[in-house]
Amino acid sequence: MGQKENRLLSQLTRGEKGKISHFTDSLMSLKLMEMGCIPGDFVEVQRIAPLGDPIAIHVSGYTLSLRKDEASTIVVTEK
Amino acid sequence: MSDFPDHNAGTATGASDTKKAKGATKQIRIALVGNPNSGKSSLFNALTGLNQKIANFPGVTVEKKSGFTTLIDSQGQHIKAEIIDLPGTYSLYPKSLDEQVPFRVLCDPDYMAAPDLVVVIADSTNLKRNLFLCSQIMDLKTPVVLALNMMDLIEVKGIKIDIERLAARLGIPIVPINARKGTGIAGLKSAMADFKFVDRPDFIDVRAFSPALIDGIRAMIDCHSDYAAFQAANNLHLIHYFQKRPEKAHQIETLVSTLDFDPFKAQASESLQRYEVITTIIKECQVGDSSKRTFSDRLDKILTHRIYGYAIFLSILFIVFQAIFSWATYPMYFIEGMFVDLSNATSALLPQGILNDLIVNGILAGLGGIVIFVPQIALLFFFIGILEDTGYMARVSFIMDKLMRKVGLNGKSVIPLIGGVACAVPSIMATRSIHGWKDRMITIMVIPLMSCSARLPVYALIISLVIPSTAILGIINLQGLVLMAMYLLGFVAALMAAWVMKKLIKGRERGYYIMEMPVYHAPRWSNIAIDIFDKVKVFLFDAGKVIIAISIILWALSSYGPTERMDAIDLKYNKLATSAAINSDSLQVARQADLLENSYAGIMGHWMEPAIRPLGYDWKIGIALLTSFAAREVFVGTMSTIYSANAESEDTQSVRAKLSAEINPQTGQKRYTAAVGISLMLFYAFAMQCMSTVAVVKRETRSWKWPLIQIAYLSVLAYISAFAAYNLLS
Repeated sequence: MGQKENRLLSQLTRGEKGKISHFTDSLMSLKLMEMGCIPGDFVEVQRIAPLGDPIAIHVSGYTLSLRKDEASTIVVTEK
Repeated sequence: MSDFPDHNAGTATGASDTKKAKGATKQIRIALVGNPNSGKSSLFNALTGLNQKIANFPGVTVEKKSGFTTLIDSQGQHIKAEIIDLPGTYSLYPKSLDEQVPFRVLCDPDYMAAPDLVVVIADSTNLKRNLFLCSQIMDLKTPVVLALNMMDLIEVKGIKIDIERLAARLGIPIVPINARKGTGIAGLKSAMADFKFVDRPDFIDVRAFSPALIDGIRAMIDCHSDYAAFQAANNLHLIHYFQKRPEKAHQIETLVSTLDFDPFKAQASESLQRYEVITTIIKECQVGDSSKRTFSDRLDKILTHRIYGYAIFLSILFIVFQAIFSWATYPMYFIEGMFVDLSNATSALLPQGILNDLIVNGILAGLGGIVIFVPQIALLFFFIGILEDTGYMARVSFIMDKLMRKVGLNGKSVIPLIGGVACAVPSIMATRSIHGWKDRMITIMVIPLMSCSARLPVYALIISLVIPSTAILGIINLQGLVLMAMYLLGFVAALMAAWVMKKLIKGRERGYYIMEMPVYHAPRWSNIAIDIFDKVKVFLFDAGKVIIAISIILWALSSYGPTERMDAIDLKYNKLATSAAINSDSLQVARQADLLENSYAGIMGHWMEPAIRPLGYDWKIGIALLTSFAAREVFVGTMSTIYSANAESEDTQSVRAKLSAEINPQTGQKRYTAAVGISLMLFYAFAMQCMSTVAVVKRETRSWKWPLIQIAYLSVLAYISAFAAYNLLS
């Protein structure tokens, strides 16, 4: 898995890391950015809720939880 | 208008310059701003103590907490400072109703009480995200003092912050504090007293985005910075100043479109550039990063586990439920007894008459009905305080969100909803922790459907009357089964109503779930105590007013009637008393029943009989439905008065015997058949028969619109289901 591949944050499994590439929803991106999700930063999926949604990610030095549909607006490249 | 005539917002005048001009104590206004979970409420409590008042921010349904503290500057001058606690926010761009408040206070020229100084509190374990907001406020050219909180935690994480360097780099005073322990507060207070505005270059040059736009807006309104003009262009519709001056708003709109300015793009570039600058600053002033979260991580593994997580949550719910359902009864009995004693004493002390009756049966009864809720409110908020403050509530949302979202609720709706099984009043107050406006409204609207403890005496009486105590499968008691079915029915109805409202209520804002999972920490008992105190105070004084008013109306309706009817009753019983050798006690009981039947409430009962006959009720039940509005359990008391049950002992036995013997003149059968009983129980399950709930919904939604909608939909639901049950079963 050497090549860089674009994926949505919502597709990452637990423990997977990625680098934020860009956002697909401009309104959501403003909220995500003020919460510390900046393109170029690394994110790691820390936990997935027992029912599969929402998820908790490690970003910008803290844990952020978001729903899968929100996470699917973040495009990440694999590390 | 401003409370302070000498207030000069936003100017470069520092506290030490103006105070020499006046001999009297200077007054300033200070806003407290910070991210959620940054320790803002701890700091607010540490600064103001119990010296707080709760009001409303003008124009929005957001609670405004403010308080006073005295500051002493370096020259020994005393300054009276009003501290305003603004709702937590991550940036100046409002995403929710709560976040509109900091924006309006800081950016709206129409907001008259603009602060002289902003104290930004930042979580030092996450400097980057916290400085984002701080830098936005600094770019507004407002004087800022930065309080760096949780400095003890960064040591554990192996981070070092060079505070002097950071202060020099940002150009503002920085004070390290520990809001939990209250350390550093004295240093912060002197920094607040000696604040002055020092101009520094903007973090980012927003003028570069569109010089013509920024210059155009600055020429049009009196704002102190390019950034304020930029914010005005981006959030035009939220600024009251422009709502009142549509011609100016229109000018700016034209400017925005002719210059082809894209607010979304501008905001996005602003955020990116801002983070770039902040990252550079942090690199210079901080060593190490805050990626270690071992303790919270390990705890999360258990608390959000697919089995243990739910098991632990259920156990916590069970304890909370136990507490408000059964532990609260002891102080409630005590309060009840106290009011009985007080009523008896007052009744004996004052001469008999209208005044006596009004005070005892109108006002004292209403007061007793309010104070009785205090133990449940205090207990529920004690537990919710712990759950919120430790950070556990965010995990409840995390594990419950998907389930609750299906019916239009949210992970945080669970606790208020379950609390509704004990009492709707504290539970509706507890919905404040739900952030989305729509989610919160839906939760408030459906909570009264949960079977609260006041329905229990009503269910108990009716079940014992119409449901045989037979055993099913040898062990299950039918009466118990029906009682359980009533509780389940309430729960299912609440979920279904929520689902319907999800479709009907339009969201005012885009709902986000995106939420910080705070690090776990021990609860701050003083914060929880202050919160309980606030909630009880708000309930007693705000909801209390409505409850007393309704109580007096209900008292008047059931104690007064047309004079000729009342005189006729007096005459009849006076004659009876003198003539025959009838037991005076039973005479008194019969007289009370006659008085109630001929009171205005009784007349209304008769008058509404045609409307409730299809449900299987007569005018007697009609009266009970009316008086039950004081509280559902009043049903039992009213029935015992109407049926002249022994008023001395309002025990269920005596009422039940009377009800059981009642014959329906039309059918010649028993009045209380299974059909009538079930119809009545369904009516009590759904109808909004609780003035305290109405009052508290009005208080929490800050309008009569929502409680009225709620009364309407619950009444329709109650009527239709009672009607269907009666007609299907009889």
